Amino acid sequence: MAHALLKIEGINKRFGGLHALNNVGLTINKGEIYGLIGPNGAGKTTLFNVLTGLYQPDEGTFTFDGQDLFRAKPHVVVGTGIARTFQNIRLFGEMTALENVMVGRHIRSKANALGAILRDRKTMAEEKAIEAKAWELLAYVGITDVAQERARNLSYGHQRRLEIARALATEPKLLALDEPAAGMNPSETEDLKVLMEKIRKDGVTVLLIEHDVKLMMGLCDRIAVLDYGKKIAEGVPEVVRKDPKVIEAYLGAAHA
Amino acid sequence: MTMALEMNKLDTNKKVGLFLVSAIVLAVLPFVVGGLLGNSWLRIIDFALLYVMLALGLNIVVGFAGLLDLGFIAFYAVGAYTFALLGSPHFGIHLPFYITIPLGALVAAFFGILLGTPVLRLKGDYLAIVTLGFGEIVRIFMNNLNAPINITNGPQGINLIDPVKVGGLSFGKSLEIAGHSFNSVYLYYYFFLALTVLVVIMAWRLQHSRIGRAWVAMREDSIAAAAMGLNIRNIKLLAFSLGALSGGVAGGLFASFQGFISPESFGLLESVMILAMIVLGGMGHIPGVILGAVVLTVAPEVLRDVIGPLQMHTFGRMLIDPENARMLIFGLALVVMMLLRPEGMWPSKRRKAEFDDAKKG
Repeated sequence: MAHALLKIEGINKRFGGLHALNNVGLTINKGEIYGLIGPNGAGKTTLFNVLTGLYQPDEGTFTFDGQDLFRAKPHVVVGTGIARTFQNIRLFGEMTALENVMVGRHIRSKANALGAILRDRKTMAEEKAIEAKAWELLAYVGITDVAQERARNLSYGHQRRLEIARALATEPKLLALDEPAAGMNPSETEDLKVLMEKIRKDGVTVLLIEHDVKLMMGLCDRIAVLDYGKKIAEGVPEVVRKDPKVIEAYLGAAHA
Repeated sequence: MTMALEMNKLDTNKKVGLFLVSAIVLAVLPFVVGGLLGNSWLRIIDFALLYVMLALGLNIVVGFAGLLDLGFIAFYAVGAYTFALLGSPHFGIHLPFYITIPLGALVAAFFGILLGTPVLRLKGDYLAIVTLGFGEIVRIFMNNLNAPINITNGPQGINLIDPVKVGGLSFGKSLEIAGHSFNSVYLYYYFFLALTVLVVIMAWRLQHSRIGRAWVAMREDSIAAAAMGLNIRNIKLLAFSLGALSGGVAGGLFASFQGFISPESFGLLESVMILAMIVLGGMGHIPGVILGAVVLTVAPEVLRDVIGPLQMHTFGRMLIDPENARMLIFGLALVVMMLLRPEGMWPSKRRKAEFDDAKKG
């Protein structure tokens, strides 16, 4: 029996008259790569924002690793072990790649203002550890050569990788990636796939939004499909692919 | 840039040399200025040090954390009034400076949190307007808290504030050494210098720490920062309170140095001037901010001394009232400076690159 890491039930989110998420429930098991697909405007990113604390859901339940995260603040969500990347990359542009990853260590370190001013041994040791860990993560995603470049000057592929390194710095149990392959060429996408499998092998559960259905079918253990804010299907890729409701949502009723 | 790398850029010999030279220059400066130009100029240098502390404090809020604050002078006022009320005949309380100055700093930091809490959700123009209002509220309170109970003595201000005393030595009187008399501005110079150095160290170490990184991250993209686990509320409040802390220290020093304070000293124009020091010097860059504070304190005074005689010399009579001409030239210089060097006189590498990129388009 798989162990549930994240569980939401009956999540509703409305923006004025728009019912962006309608009674959405799903369970992500420990160690799997879980995919979230759906046509544009289906509510994928909204759900992502709910799962990472950036949006507060109107109703529902949300537990993660045994903790109640319903309407929790983003930093609390990150603290319990969910980290994310953004669809339209949001790095700290004027900071170096290394510093970006070091910011990711914030939640796992303690130095306060007094420690920063006095520079006691504990603070200095922690600072050193933060930097060492950041280098390690840059190596993990394979971008140590651009560590001292400002993030905004990095190539697109490097920026994507840097976002993943920054998210991994928070030591997540669940890594949520919002369209990580968007705008990538086939060889970059293939590299990304290898990286995601490596991350999963190292014990991090992965939640993935992606348009590239082929990538999703080959990579994900299970997939959920959203359409107009509702979950219309969930299961292993082979089953989801053949689900008439999914085909209808993507291609229109005539093909179902 | 990481701490270790920044430190290694200058090799150790150069660093020691630079340190020794600046230490000697700063140590003999009052004798050069006081001896050649007189005590009134040394007094201006003392004020420049106060403004360095203020600018470094505001720089934490505006430069590091990116929160536009137009009411910063309120913290200066809080520090000054704390010192004055606890060290003057007004209440008959005469606590020593080593209690009143830290206390003033803490009260100012508390006011920083008081201001920070309601404005957590605001940024940019909206934040600027609220902080501007806050600064005015504090000043108006100081102006009106003389009835029904007289706390601040209203617009008359508080007089006869205790000078700083160390042992038997009062900074308020001239010091006689070997037949030479040194005005109190000498003693205050070294006292201010010591505290300025402390504020510089504090600001520099904060900037190159976990906290400083969090401020930059929040300034760059607060949503991404929150999504990376930064507690935005705490980080903002920390910036407001630590900035206010240095403002409060400067305020206490100001009160003891002047011996008199009134609400008039804490107007909006002062807040704007401190902001101008940061922007002109190089926002977020400590050496730039120090330079900006010194230049903006000293330049108007130099103009005051130069403009009158210069007009007499060139035209044989006064064409423009020197006081008006002084502010005219000063304002013009600020405009020209911002047009030619928008990144400031001495910007950080990061900020310089930002502006270079913007120019390239």
